[in-house]
Amino acid sequence: MRIESGAEPPKTEVRVSGSLRTTLMISLIGGAFVLAAVLFLILRSYAAQIAQTAQDRILSASVTSILDVAAIRNDAVTIELPYAAFSILSTQADDRIFYAIYQDGAFLTGYEALDYRPVRAGELEHRSVRFDGAPLRVAAGARRLVGANGVAQIDVIVGQTQEHLAGVLGRISRHAALIGIGFFVTLTIIATWITSATITPLTRLAESVQRRGPEDLRPVSGPVASEMAPLVGSLNSFMHRLEQSLNQSEEFIAEAAHRVRTPLATVRTYAETTLQRVNRDENRQALRAMVRAIDESARAAGQMLDHAMITFRADHLCRTRLNLGDLARELVQSMRPVAEMKDVDLTLTVAEGSWVEGDAILLQNAMRNLVENALKFAPMETAIEITVAEAPASFTVCDSGPGFPDGEIGTLAKRFTRGSNSTGLIGSGLGLTIVLDVATAHGGTLTLLNRPEGGACATLSF
Amino acid sequence: MKFLLVEDNHELANAVASRLHIDGHVVDHADRIEDAISFSETSDYDLVLLDIMLPDGDGRSFLAHHRARRKDTPVIVLTARSQVSDRISLLDLGADDYITKPFDHAELQARCRAVLRRNQGSARPIIAFGDVSYDPVAGQMRVCDAPVKLRNRELRLFELFINAPNQIFSKQKLCDRLFSYDEEVSENAIEVYIGRIRKHLEASNVTISTHRGLGYRLDLK
Repeated sequence: MRIESGAEPPKTEVRVSGSLRTTLMISLIGGAFVLAAVLFLILRSYAAQIAQTAQDRILSASVTSILDVAAIRNDAVTIELPYAAFSILSTQADDRIFYAIYQDGAFLTGYEALDYRPVRAGELEHRSVRFDGAPLRVAAGARRLVGANGVAQIDVIVGQTQEHLAGVLGRISRHAALIGIGFFVTLTIIATWITSATITPLTRLAESVQRRGPEDLRPVSGPVASEMAPLVGSLNSFMHRLEQSLNQSEEFIAEAAHRVRTPLATVRTYAETTLQRVNRDENRQALRAMVRAIDESARAAGQMLDHAMITFRADHLCRTRLNLGDLARELVQSMRPVAEMKDVDLTLTVAEGSWVEGDAILLQNAMRNLVENALKFAPMETAIEITVAEAPASFTVCDSGPGFPDGEIGTLAKRFTRGSNSTGLIGSGLGLTIVLDVATAHGGTLTLLNRPEGGACATLSF
Repeated sequence: MKFLLVEDNHELANAVASRLHIDGHVVDHADRIEDAISFSETSDYDLVLLDIMLPDGDGRSFLAHHRARRKDTPVIVLTARSQVSDRISLLDLGADDYITKPFDHAELQARCRAVLRRNQGSARPIIAFGDVSYDPVAGQMRVCDAPVKLRNRELRLFELFINAPNQIFSKQKLCDRLFSYDEEVSENAIEVYIGRIRKHLEASNVTISTHRGLGYRLDLK
């Protein structure tokens, strides 16, 4: 039966909302884009304005030169269109030129459809209109002529298509766009540099903290930017406090163990020595009870300290690549004298190449607990079979004892739970809890089952 | 055998020493690293029992000194600390084995035996009685010069007898020596082991005789 741990190992998840780098990049690049676009628009509209003004001036000159030649002769208005009035308007793009002349609002000559609006004499007006399907820039001017029979107002309108202007504007726009793009690219490069220069110290700090093993609690010593100083300061003081409290509790555990176990050892040894010399049965019973009580309390204290230490180490798991076979061999060597006391053989079968990523101290402690359990239940002069297998790496201990009590397998790994058949055996009820904790910390499982031929098997697999 | 016991708690040291005396061992006691070093420099020991927490420092420094002087006397560390934190570094520093306080004397003996067996270098005195001999370090019994394979408990029982031939051991005494206190064993179990040893001794001129009401004794036939 596979035993699952009730408690999940604590996960240290961090809630992430956005990234500083992304935020910084988006703001800087977005800003660069807006700036480049504004630059482009300003350049283009300024150029368009200048080009338009130039065209307007020529159109004005053309209108003025026509108005200049208007005269009243023999009571009739005569205008001899000057050649120059149109030649100054010639462009490379062969823009078309239109004109219209009105006398007192009545069409005189030219293109009648040209947009006519009366203008006050002496003034010049410019408008953009559509004529014959093409956009047209027109200049309109008027002049009063005084003849013998009265006054006549002459209106002159000259229009020119804007193909040349459009071409010029297109070229200017292209240049403006190129300038805008160049500006944008330059700003983006600068933004990337600024972002990485800003983020790098943070990343470096995070990496240097992350690279440390879980037991490295030294303060961060490298120089940091002033804005990061409060964070690093708090981190350092936090690690210092953590280290102190760890050292204190480790020292405390060691000291407590020493203070408790040494007197217990004294009492136990004296009790044993006395037992060798005492013959009265009731005294012997009392001494035996004493020894057993000492063993119980020492065992319980030891397992509780181990359990505390294992919980701590499992939270800060240091993983190294370990050969399960080597761990098993070392363990069997240290357990063999104890097994020999009961004339129990420890047989070890190792499949080489059984590798585990884990904490050697934790793994060996779990393995030791399984072997100790087997030793407790194995009858005299039998063998305990210890097997290390590969793919998946596993460690199995089988004895030929009474096996696990029926229906209790699922609860045996609970803290301070002991099997109903363990009466009279010294134990703390923490052994399998420790094994299960170690298995869980390494992402492994603990399987307990009774062999059909008798005896119990416990497998730790990864 | 000669033990050096390095332990700052005098009560415990006395208790351990008197328990070792019962088995016929000689024990020198040092309660500081400094004394332990001068003891080990002036005298040869079969085994060192070393406490880790000592008033003038850490027992580990004795270990380092001991190994630096290429002494091959095996060292068994007596530790009161959690197995989890200390174990590996102790073995790395050259301790041959360790035992956690409080300890079962039978386990201490078993560990001493195992360590000595692993380290056997110098020639050991062989105990002989009649045509039976016994090498206490190797744990090897020979009958008429032929090695006999004994189980651990048989061996320990036989060892008691051959160490004190002609002495009568009561069942109770044998029981105390042979079994841990957490084992419920009836004294009749001793009879089984005596029977087995008698079988191994059949070819020799030695036997274990029963003395009704008193116990057993190793005798020449």
